[in-house]
Amino acid sequence: MLEIKNLHAKAEDNLILKGIDLTVHAGEIHAVMGPNGSGKSTLAQVLAGHPAYEVTEGSILFEGQDLLESEPDARAAAGIFLAFQYPVEIPGVSNAYFLRAAYNEKRKRQGLDEIDPIDFMDLMEEKLSLVNWSSDILSRAVNAGFSGGEKKRNEILQMAVLEPKLAVLDETDSGLDIDALRIVAEGVNSLRRPDNATIVVTHYQRLLNYIVPDYVHVLFGGRIVKSGGKELALELEERGYDWVHEVAA
Amino acid sequence: MTLDTYRHAFQRFTENGGGSPSWIRPLREAGLDRFVRAGFPTRKNEDWRFTNLQPIATGEFRLLDPPEALPGLDALRPYLFGHEDWPRMVFVNGRFVRALSRLDGIPSSVQLLSLREALDSQREVVEAHLAKVAVNAPSAFTDLNTAFMADGALLVLPADAVLEHPVHLVFVTAPGAADGATHPRTLIVAGRHAQATVVESYVSLAEQRYLTNTVSEIFLEEGARVNHCKVQLESEAAYHVGTIEAWQGRSSHFESFSFAMGGALSRTNVYTVLDGEGSHVQLDGLYVGHGVQHLDHQTRIEHAKPGCTSREIYKGMLDDRSHAVFNGKVYVRAEAQQTDGKQTNRNLLLSETAKVDTKPQLEIFADDVKCTHGATVGQLDELALFYCQTRGIPLSDARTMVTYAFAADVIEEIQTRPVAEHLEALVRERLERGSARAE
Repeated sequence: MLEIKNLHAKAEDNLILKGIDLTVHAGEIHAVMGPNGSGKSTLAQVLAGHPAYEVTEGSILFEGQDLLESEPDARAAAGIFLAFQYPVEIPGVSNAYFLRAAYNEKRKRQGLDEIDPIDFMDLMEEKLSLVNWSSDILSRAVNAGFSGGEKKRNEILQMAVLEPKLAVLDETDSGLDIDALRIVAEGVNSLRRPDNATIVVTHYQRLLNYIVPDYVHVLFGGRIVKSGGKELALELEERGYDWVHEVAA
Repeated sequence: MTLDTYRHAFQRFTENGGGSPSWIRPLREAGLDRFVRAGFPTRKNEDWRFTNLQPIATGEFRLLDPPEALPGLDALRPYLFGHEDWPRMVFVNGRFVRALSRLDGIPSSVQLLSLREALDSQREVVEAHLAKVAVNAPSAFTDLNTAFMADGALLVLPADAVLEHPVHLVFVTAPGAADGATHPRTLIVAGRHAQATVVESYVSLAEQRYLTNTVSEIFLEEGARVNHCKVQLESEAAYHVGTIEAWQGRSSHFESFSFAMGGALSRTNVYTVLDGEGSHVQLDGLYVGHGVQHLDHQTRIEHAKPGCTSREIYKGMLDDRSHAVFNGKVYVRAEAQQTDGKQTNRNLLLSETAKVDTKPQLEIFADDVKCTHGATVGQLDELALFYCQTRGIPLSDARTMVTYAFAADVIEEIQTRPVAEHLEALVRERLERGSARAE
C-alpha cells in the first residue's frame, strides 16, 4: 500500500529526515516511535503534504502512485488521513459543515451526489457513537475552544467519517487522560479492516496497549534504526531511548 | 469642479423648483454656505486622513434627473432579499417611484412617505427633526446633502407602534447616470416604545461613475427600538458617501449594521448620541474589498448620559489592492458615569497588496466607566487551509470556507434573517471568485 524509499526531507535549511525506508501493507498497523526531535512528526506531515517541508531525495509510492507530486487534498482523495498532533482551530466553521464538506468531496470523487442532510445526520449518529460523543459537538466550530482530549476525539470522528485507506496518527495519545485514550483507541480499532492500514506515531508505549501494532520502528536522527514486533515497544519502554542511541551508534 | 460651480448648481436647482417649499430654503442655503466656505475636506483633516477625496472634489457631477425609461420590478428583484411583500420605497436616481414601491402592509397610524411629499404635507414633524441630529458633526457632505436633497423617505412611528415587517428603502441608480449625483435624505422618527426595522439598499443597474451622497437621521424617543441595516452595493466605478446619525432617548435601543461591498470609493459614517439614561447601541459592520476599491468607515458613539451601553464589532476582508479604513471613536462625557462600552475592529488581508488603516479611539471624561477597544489586522491562517486540504477539501474551497468563517459571526448579528442570508451569499460568491483567482 505504502512504500517509502530513502526519504530525505528538510524544513527551511534543516535536514530532518535522512533516508527513511518503510513499507506498509493493507491490514497492518505500524508504530513509529522515537525520542523528541527524531523526525516522527515530520514523517507524518510529509506524508500528508505539509508545505513547510521539502522532500530533497527519495520517493513515496501509495498504491503504486507517486505521492510527492500530489497536493494535500489529492492525497486525502487517494485515501490518506493524518490525525494531527495539534488539530487546527477553524472559528466560524461548524463541525457539521466541515464534516459534510469533506464527506461530499469524497462522494464527488466517487461520482455520487451530495449527501441528503437527513442521511448525513443518520451517518453522524453512527460515527459519533464510535467515539462515544453526542451530536452537540456538531454545532460547535471546528476545534475552537476544544480541550486537548476533545480535539483528538474530533480527529478520530473525522477519520471515521472519511474512512481512509491509510490513517497516520501523529501523537494522538499526547495530552489524553486514560479514559480519553481508551475512547480514541477503541475508535481506531473499530475502523480497522483488512483493506486499510494505520501508522501510529508515538513517543510512549502506552497507546500501543490499546492499539496493538504488528510492527514497531524506532526513528532516531531522521532514520529508522531498529524495527521489530510489538515486543520492541515494551523493550523501549523498559530500557529507554538511550538504549537505541547506543544501538544506532 | 470649483466650489462656485456648486453655487450655480444650487441656483439652477432652486429655479427649477428643487428648493421648495420656501420654509426649507434657509436650511438649504445655510448648508450650501457652510459647504462652500469649508469645501471638501482634505487629508489634513484628521477625519479624512486615510481617504483621498480628490476624485469627488474634482469630479463634474450634475444633479440626476429621473431616467427616461424607468426600470421594471424584474431588474430590482435581485435586491429585494426574496421579500417583495415587505413595505418598500424605491428611489430611482434619487426620486421616489410609486409604481415600484409598496406602501401597504403598515399600520395606518404609521407614516411612510417620500420626503418630497413630506416637506409639503408633514411640515411640523419634518421641521422639528430634519437636520437636527445631523448637525452635531459638521460635515461637508451632510451640508451638501442638506442643500441639494431632492427626495428620500420619511418614516414616523407614533408611540407604541410596532412594524411587523422591515421597511426597505431601495436607492437605485439607473443606466445612463454617468457623472450624475444624488443626495437622498431619510428621516426616521420612532416615538416612545415604537419599534421598527429599516433596511437601506444602494444599488446600480449599470457599471458607471456617479456620486451618491446620502444622509439618514434617526430619532429614538424613550424606549424606542430601531434596527437599521445599510447595504452598499454601488457600481464599482461609483463614489458613495453615506451618513447615518442617530439620537437616542432614555432606554432606547439602536442597532445598526453597515455592509459595504460596492463603489470605487465609499465612506460610511455612523454616529449616535446616547442622550438618555439606560440606552443601548449596537454598531456592527462588514466591508469586503477587492480590485482597487477604497472602503472607509467612521463611527462615533457619544455617551452623554449615565448608565448606557455600547457594543461595536466591525470586520473587514480585503483582497487585491483594496484599501479599507476604520476610524471608530467612543466618547464618554463627564456626566456619563457607569458607561459600559466595547469596541472591536478585525481585519483580514487576503493579498500582499491589500491595506487597512484602523484607528479605534476612546475619549473618556467620566471616572466610573468600563470601556475596552481593540483592533487586529491578520492574514489567512495557512495552517487552517492545510488542515482542510488534508480532509480532501480543495484549496480554493478551503480558502472560501476559512475566509467566510472570519465574517460569519458579524453577519450573524444581523437580526433580519433574509438580509443576513442574502449578504452571506454575496460574500461567499465574492470570495469564491477571489479564491479561484488565487489558485
